[in-house]
Amino acid sequence: MTGAFRTTTGGRIDRARPLSFRFDGRAFTGCAGDTLASALLANGVHLAGRSFKYHRPRGILAAGAEEPNALVGIDRGPGRYAPNLRATQVEIHDGLVAESQNRTPSLRFDIAALADFAAPLIPAGFYYKTFMQPAGWWAKLYEPRIRAAAGLGRAPRGADPDRYTQRYAHCETLVVGAGPAGIAAARAAAARGDRVILCDEQAEPGGSLLAETRARIDGLCAQDWLAAALAELAAEPRVTILPRTTAFGYFAQNFVALAERVTDHLAVPDPNLPRERLWQVRAREVVLATGAIERPLVFPENDRPGIMLADSARTYLARYGVKPGCRALVLAAHDDAYGAALDLAAAGMEIALIVDPRPAADGELPRRAMAAGLPVRMSATVVGTRGRLRVHEAHVGTIGADGGVRGVDVVSCDTLLMSGGWTPSVHLHSQARGKLAFRADLQAFVPGATPQACRSVGACAGEFGLQAALGPATRVEDDPVREGGFAGALPHDRPRARAFVDFQNDVTAKDLTLALREGFRSIEHVKRYTTNGMATDQGKTSNINALAIVAAASGRAIPEVGLTSFRQPYTPVTFGAFAGTSRGELFDPVRTTPIHGWAVAQGAIFEDVGQWKRAHHFPRPGEDMHAAVRRECAAVRARAGIFDASTLGKIEVVGRDAAEFLERLYVNSWKKLEPGRCRYGILLNEAGFVIDDGVIGRLAPDRFHVTTTTGGAARVLSMMEDYVQTEWPDLQIWLTSTTEQWAVIAVQGPKAREILAPLTEGIDLSRDAFAHMAVREGRVAGVPARLFRVSFTGELGFEVNVPAGQGRAVWEAIWEQARRHDAVAYGTETMHVLRAEKGYIIVGQETDGTVVPDDLGLGWAIGKGKRDFVGKRSLSRPDIAAPGRKQLVGLLSADPGHVLDEGAQIVAMRDPPPGTPALGHVTSSYWSATLGRSIALALVADGRARHGQTLFAPMPGGAVPVAVTGPVFHDPEGRSLDG
Amino acid sequence: MADALEGRAPIVWPDRLRVAALPPQARFVFRGDAEAAARAGDAFGATLPMTPCRAAADDARAALWLGPDEWLLLAPPGTEDGTARDIAAALADLPHALACVSDRHAALTVSGPRAETLLAAGCALDLDPRAFPQGMCTRSLLAKAEIVLWRHQPASFRLEVRRSFAAYVWDFLAEAAREHASA
Repeated sequence: MTGAFRTTTGGRIDRARPLSFRFDGRAFTGCAGDTLASALLANGVHLAGRSFKYHRPRGILAAGAEEPNALVGIDRGPGRYAPNLRATQVEIHDGLVAESQNRTPSLRFDIAALADFAAPLIPAGFYYKTFMQPAGWWAKLYEPRIRAAAGLGRAPRGADPDRYTQRYAHCETLVVGAGPAGIAAARAAAARGDRVILCDEQAEPGGSLLAETRARIDGLCAQDWLAAALAELAAEPRVTILPRTTAFGYFAQNFVALAERVTDHLAVPDPNLPRERLWQVRAREVVLATGAIERPLVFPENDRPGIMLADSARTYLARYGVKPGCRALVLAAHDDAYGAALDLAAAGMEIALIVDPRPAADGELPRRAMAAGLPVRMSATVVGTRGRLRVHEAHVGTIGADGGVRGVDVVSCDTLLMSGGWTPSVHLHSQARGKLAFRADLQAFVPGATPQACRSVGACAGEFGLQAALGPATRVEDDPVREGGFAGALPHDRPRARAFVDFQNDVTAKDLTLALREGFRSIEHVKRYTTNGMATDQGKTSNINALAIVAAASGRAIPEVGLTSFRQPYTPVTFGAFAGTSRGELFDPVRTTPIHGWAVAQGAIFEDVGQWKRAHHFPRPGEDMHAAVRRECAAVRARAGIFDASTLGKIEVVGRDAAEFLERLYVNSWKKLEPGRCRYGILLNEAGFVIDDGVIGRLAPDRFHVTTTTGGAARVLSMMEDYVQTEWPDLQIWLTSTTEQWAVIAVQGPKAREILAPLTEGIDLSRDAFAHMAVREGRVAGVPARLFRVSFTGELGFEVNVPAGQGRAVWEAIWEQARRHDAVAYGTETMHVLRAEKGYIIVGQETDGTVVPDDLGLGWAIGKGKRDFVGKRSLSRPDIAAPGRKQLVGLLSADPGHVLDEGAQIVAMRDPPPGTPALGHVTSSYWSATLGRSIALALVADGRARHGQTLFAPMPGGAVPVAVTGPVFHDPEGRSLDG
Repeated sequence: MADALEGRAPIVWPDRLRVAALPPQARFVFRGDAEAAARAGDAFGATLPMTPCRAAADDARAALWLGPDEWLLLAPPGTEDGTARDIAAALADLPHALACVSDRHAALTVSGPRAETLLAAGCALDLDPRAFPQGMCTRSLLAKAEIVLWRHQPASFRLEVRRSFAAYVWDFLAEAAREHASA
């Protein structure tokens, strides 16, 4: 037996497959096909949680996604703890471990339930009122305590070991909800030949058909018809049926996000399967068949365990073979509750009384209930209940003609079923920016016009009943019309009693009227003040009742009060689903150069430069970073070093007007640059500020090899394309990114020529034949190469460009030669130091988007007499010409051993008073092995006029005096360039 | 010639999916107008298609339309010099640009009945044969990497990936392919 309340037959669970699970440490048995909620109910357990604010004992209210009370934590092992799951949606499997939340020490006895006695002190908005004095206590005492008390489940601490994937999908028809209306829509779309995605949040598609007990469809019972319809859909290759898949967000242009729970229901998941899969669906048409949610009734003490929605109780019986109790009182404001009473009575449950607040109910189901002898009392309501951990009696009063309630009869019961009618699930329609229309007959909002190709069908459109859902072509028998419905608070005569509206956030009818009395009028303000509808269930069961209460109390009609926004997600979605595979190694592409493997083998330490991994330094055994960099620097200056510069951006600019194009773009002159020569180019934005630089070589009259900074490669190419396509379509030039075509090996140092000579064919490396800033094409190590004679160190230097696939082989060949000269491989840190010794800037380090060429002392690069270039006009703005601009200088700290902090501020006085503006800041700072002391570059106001001055860098340990110098520390005459 | 995906054993789930690195290849980006493209096609040995997002190919060569004046040309490895010479000679009097990018990319194929589904893990395009038929090609994104995607056979896609993104693309596909290991 899988529970004392399990029926012997019926339902869709498999009694032959018992499953054991634990709830709060206690072992239970359920059946395959059970949810945690149905399995607990089968074992007679209603108490499933404690409420958020008052810690009141709460039971299972519903059977679906709308469940506000039965929130549980599921523990699947280390790192695999999921809090706040609705027990009504958790499928059990063998070994499932679940626990209740928001209770200490136990669900049955919770210390924090003292809050319930303090309820009069903590009404809506209490934290704005009760804890005002003394003011200083708020931050230190009140808020920390309230924060500690707030929240439901606990978040897992470890990294999530599960895997998540994502999938894009396209279809002509996306059907959300596989109830009768959704299945009918999917069949129609499939018949048209559409690609159809039919998703449903439940374990099985079928929706209300899974619990349909009376109606016959095309002569079949509902479950048989469903099985046939699903088999027919499943046989269609263009139809995808996704169970356990929640459409949680509806975005522009029919883009709908679905969260599929792939393995949580399995005791032993296939490790190849992701835990969840995020679907991003683009659909030509979206059909919303999301059904409706039964409304609770708002009456005093309506929140005790054992009080359930009537149709949910019927669902537990019909679908899961579970009787929710032994003796039920039914509070029926809608005919469907009579249907539930009939079904439960037929299953052997005693119906103590059907209480109907309506004066009359003459629908088919009420008539059948009365004919079956079920006791019915019209014009009556429940004015109170008793039972701490389970309801055990209900107090029934009569509603008089004046609306007052008189007389109280005590009815004993262990279950109280209620129905206020149905609220169409318009969440996705509303997310799609569809309008809503109020239907007074349903006391509900239904979908109105929508700006997207989206339509709502069945109950979510306010079209109730199987015939409406399935359409006229399908024959439905015994599907009587059900009427009624109630929104708001039922009358009672107990002013101090609490009638709950939002079960999850513990908002009562009194809280709402209090908010109105305190002056809140807009429903959005009332919502935020009371927190009604702001829990994880977003008010699925409470919003309409809250609206009706606010409307009644403020003398307005419901549509006048308006509706709060429906937001994504419909139900909570894991962060894992959003992250997908973008975590760990796949968080972002890791780009490596062709020479990376060699550097790894040499024990290089790498740094991240954007997405690139670059070798930072090559430590030898026992060396720290500083020692390695000093050794590398000294070796390059004394002999030579080789450096992997492959990440430099490269753009091939080809066409008749290539020189003219560069002339217009860069500050420099290009037209007179001869083929075979290079020039250092500076690129400005339209504001005149330096945004990129690099050496550009002219290979032929119509072909340039442009290099950019590593980080600027994509940006510069985009900027170039933008100008070509939008500003200068007259120019005949084409751009091709060649960044990744070439591996670039810099060989720098006095021995550079000797290292390359034995490897180079077809290029005369001699000083006269191959001058500084020239480019030649030939072969290096047998590989076709573009050889640049350039220097970013101040030493004799070459940059060997070879096809990337040959990069490693050529590097190793050069390394072989380099070792004969006792040269080193060096990394980006040494590159930085060597260039700083020469005062060469790095864009992004010496520049910050506010620096013009003259600030850097690079005014010489601007082509004389050029009519125009990007940024030229901005360079003549008064601010740019005015004195006081920050200019690039060198700084030498008074203590040569002190390496300044990069970013340190520079001021004129040793101890400036607070508020003194800085003259500038340190942009680069290193230990210089060449000079045997520290050096720094800085941008300082009027810096060039301050050479020789002493300024100060205020630091926590006291101001550091620094002498201002020119930015070139080493070999200012450039004697080393020729080796 | 070292390829960025050298040494990556194919991912093979029989009858469902195969992801395999392709060997090195001669590649060019050709830029020019319709007349230049027509003549370049004659010299290259494969027509440069004028229909957007379409490729023309025979066993050895292919030309992929990537933009109104841009084609990616694929030719057997080692033919770089000859191809460049032939095109330069044929177009001496027509404006155009030819840039050799053989080593800029790595290439791989994703094939089998699950190929579309695997690519859909990171590519937002509609890859149904009705929307993305054989012969169609386009630049797109796969997860966080730019790709050129070409359905070169009815059930096989060729991906051209920037060299330094190849490892990421491969690892992404390997991770996404895991769920297809189980039938």
